[in-house]
Amino acid sequence: MSTFAEFLINGISLGSIYALIALGFVVIFRATEVVNFAHASLLLAGGYVTAVLHDEIGFWPALLAGIAGAAVVGAAVEFFVMRRHRGGDHSVLAIVTIGVDILLATELTRRIGTDILALGDPWGDAVVTVGPVTIAETRIAALLAAALLITAFLVAFRYTSWGVAMRAAAENQETAALMGIRLGRVSLGAWAVAGGLAAVAALFLTVFPTPGLERATSLAALKAFPAAILGGLDSTTGALVGGLLVGVTESLATGYQSDLAFLGRGIGDLAPYLVMVAVLLIRPAGLFGTKELARV
Amino acid sequence: MGGTAPALQVTDLTAGYGPVRALRKVSLTVPAGAVVTVLGGNGAGKSTLLRAVSRTLRFHGGAVVAGTVSRDGRPLDGLPPDRVVAAGVSQVPEGRQVFARMTVEDNLRAGALGRRGGRASKAAALRRVHELFPVLADRARQQAGLLSGGEQQMLAVGRALMAAPGLLLLDEPSLGLAPLMAARIADAIREINSQGTAVLLVEQNAALALRLASRAYVLEVGEVTLSGPADELAASDEVRRRYLGVVDEDAAADAARARATHPVLSRWEETR
Repeated sequence: MSTFAEFLINGISLGSIYALIALGFVVIFRATEVVNFAHASLLLAGGYVTAVLHDEIGFWPALLAGIAGAAVVGAAVEFFVMRRHRGGDHSVLAIVTIGVDILLATELTRRIGTDILALGDPWGDAVVTVGPVTIAETRIAALLAAALLITAFLVAFRYTSWGVAMRAAAENQETAALMGIRLGRVSLGAWAVAGGLAAVAALFLTVFPTPGLERATSLAALKAFPAAILGGLDSTTGALVGGLLVGVTESLATGYQSDLAFLGRGIGDLAPYLVMVAVLLIRPAGLFGTKELARV
Repeated sequence: MGGTAPALQVTDLTAGYGPVRALRKVSLTVPAGAVVTVLGGNGAGKSTLLRAVSRTLRFHGGAVVAGTVSRDGRPLDGLPPDRVVAAGVSQVPEGRQVFARMTVEDNLRAGALGRRGGRASKAAALRRVHELFPVLADRARQQAGLLSGGEQQMLAVGRALMAAPGLLLLDEPSLGLAPLMAARIADAIREINSQGTAVLLVEQNAALALRLASRAYVLEVGEVTLSGPADELAASDEVRRRYLGVVDEDAAADAARARATHPVLSRWEETR
């Protein structure tokens, strides 16, 4: 029972990190209707900045620099690439993001090489023991940080002018423009926020028990895609639920791998995608997604 | 008001969508504080005209090819839509286009995003909108998509007023509304105008539009074919026949003959 509790808590913690990534993904999709395949690279960029700087300026400033760095990279992608094609076909733009992803990922993996970079977090491999349950401090920090950021984001989304502008633009770009909302700013803000959230996620994807930031980190980040998609690409609630669902599934599948041995090894990595496929079979628009309605 | 620059001056405006010309050398003036209407059937270019003024043609793959638009003597040409709003021009789009997934309150907040000005002036604008349409205060926390058609139109007008515009562009505000609701919207337009906002009203419902406006233009396939004081146009045979549904005697006779040869189902007739 105590192992189950550990798996569950670790899963929720992991899921909240996926939710952070998925949230950025959803924010970009809602503001611009573009599926951002470069999201994992934004995350890698944020993590890389933190990893490089933490020795010189300390962990916390380095983390802030990483968040700012990823936000700037995101904003730059919007400003220099997406903006040129605004009003173009959304599926074309989605393909363009694949190109951007390849560029960013190539440069970053060239810099990282075969190294595994530490991000210099203060938690190390310390654990907290409550009764029979042992949880790594990093997992608790991840959960708290994600909960804090997600709450802050949702409050801003709901109550601030920025949030009203975002939601209005997401519903109808032309009408939002008629209100005097600057669509360019909305989309720039969305990419920057998504980058910043991804940088925080990069930290918690690479701390204990993961060895550190490496090329494969972006693969781990990719698991936020099924999270966003199964929640319904355009729903913030969906991103949260999807993230948690994927995290818990992965954690349990990895934890009970030996009981699932007949499925072969590595079922934990596969589980998120299986959940996604299962959900989409039943609800093609995702759990909380808006059904696409078109008049013919 | 005499001597002030017109609220809107459109000169020789030509606009189109790719190879299609939707407007050809259209000129029109909205004097300060006036209600001016543009009449015309489907595809006459009415919505294109409003989009050209509010600079949103690009959302439909269109562009202004030639001509100028100015407000209070200052040109609006080439500005992005948010600067047009900042210059005091707000548009109520065709089909209302309320933000259906947002609350009534947030819709009104969105309307105020385009204006500069502090909290106090926004609160004043909100009070004015609530006075004009009390139902919007009652339903503040409801989702806009759940409102009735008439209430959505009120919300769309109220949302545009949140920017405290000097000129309100209305694209078919009576579209799809019951006559009683259309009359209420007309009253609201009159009220808005009496508070000093100039109105450019685009309508298919010519009877309603001509009652509201002091001046009218008739747009046909992208060109202004008639213009003049609204009461003169309302009295002209051309407009009466084409837009006011006044049937001449020949047409009535045709209809009677048609009824004789193709009897109408009795159940259908009862409801008419």
